[in-house]
Amino acid sequence: MDIQEYIESGILELYVYGALTPKESEEVSAILAQYPEVQQEVEQIETALQNLSSAAAPYNPEVLLAAIKSKLRNADGVIQLQPTVSQKRARVLSYISMAASILFLIGIFALLNRTNTLREELQTVEVEKTQLESKLNYSEEALQETKEILAVIRDPQVTKIPLAGQQVAPEAYVNVFWDKASNKAYIDALGLPEPPEGFVYQVWSLKLDPLTPTSMGLLENFSQDENKVFELDNPNDSQAFGITLEPAGGSETPTMEQLYTLGVVQGNA
Amino acid sequence: MQPDELILRLQQKDEKAFERIYSLYSESIFGVINSVLHDTEASEEVLQDVFVKVWDNSESYTSEKGRFFTWLLNIARNAAIDKTRSKAFKNQKKNLTQEYFVDILEHKSSFTSKVDAIGIKKYIKTLGEECKKVIDLLFFKGYTQKETSEELNMPLGTVKTRNRLCINKLREILVN
Repeated sequence: MDIQEYIESGILELYVYGALTPKESEEVSAILAQYPEVQQEVEQIETALQNLSSAAAPYNPEVLLAAIKSKLRNADGVIQLQPTVSQKRARVLSYISMAASILFLIGIFALLNRTNTLREELQTVEVEKTQLESKLNYSEEALQETKEILAVIRDPQVTKIPLAGQQVAPEAYVNVFWDKASNKAYIDALGLPEPPEGFVYQVWSLKLDPLTPTSMGLLENFSQDENKVFELDNPNDSQAFGITLEPAGGSETPTMEQLYTLGVVQGNA
Repeated sequence: MQPDELILRLQQKDEKAFERIYSLYSESIFGVINSVLHDTEASEEVLQDVFVKVWDNSESYTSEKGRFFTWLLNIARNAAIDKTRSKAFKNQKKNLTQEYFVDILEHKSSFTSKVDAIGIKKYIKTLGEECKKVIDLLFFKGYTQKETSEELNMPLGTVKTRNRLCINKLREILVN
């Protein structure tokens, strides 16, 4: 390539004007980068043109710089510096810390949730424990009661008097365990039917000749009592025991039509 | 010399670099705009818009495409020509005849220290009518070779060589 001829062709002036096509311009740029004399020629053309056009300026616009810079500031985001590497890093860090915060919050909520669940479970367990304790208490009481009953039954000093079912309740039966030493009578009433609503069983100590009934007491809360063993005082010199169904509260004298069971103490028959 | 280092810093949104670039190019760009508009106030507005665009779009410049001055020229000429098309500007200027940079230079009495005022005056005096028109169209108006050829009824190949001679004369006078 004849560089001098290339320079003389006038293409470099057109290049500086911007009168060439983009493709032609790129070709000139490549040659310019390669040949210092082309570079120098372009610089000179450019300087001459700058001088020419500067002469056509109304005045030196250096004074407008402040106004332009203020426009850069005012224009939205224009003056803002491009994020530098450290700003980018800071942004990445802020994203990371934001993500960490969110994870932390999720963790806290999960923990709170878990704590609540555990608290509820603990409450349930405590309720169950209380229930079990009361059951245990009840069982212990029941066992104690049973032991006491067993002790009474086994006691050789205690007399057992079986009471047989009578006309109104032929199936009924009752055992009376009478401890003469302590004047206590234990009525094992498991063989009695549930008393109807508003009625109660009344236990009578009987003298046979003449027939004299003395009330020993009522079998209260009959349906609630599991063992159906009732402890009553019996200071009487009883010859027989009878149980009648009476209106709630009991009666002065037994209603003989409602005599459920009757039994005679041995030795008095 | 093209200030490649400054341009790079401008592209990284360095304000100091922007100030230096402005100082280097603003007067010649102002002259180009004024040669199109022949109106100081309108030229001031356009010049400001041009340098805001330079700040915003500096990263679109690459030396492979051409000279940084040429890139500035294109922005300035386009902005100035847009301004001539605006309604307000048309209404104001409708009675004026076709003008070019030579009119400004002939009527101008004071030049800044940057400009070789004597050289310019001498150049304009000796410049032929054809040169004035060729330079006006190609440099100040941004015409292509083909457009210039059609406008001036000049063969396409002649535009390039004729223009070369016109610029050589300018360089001779300014260097001497």
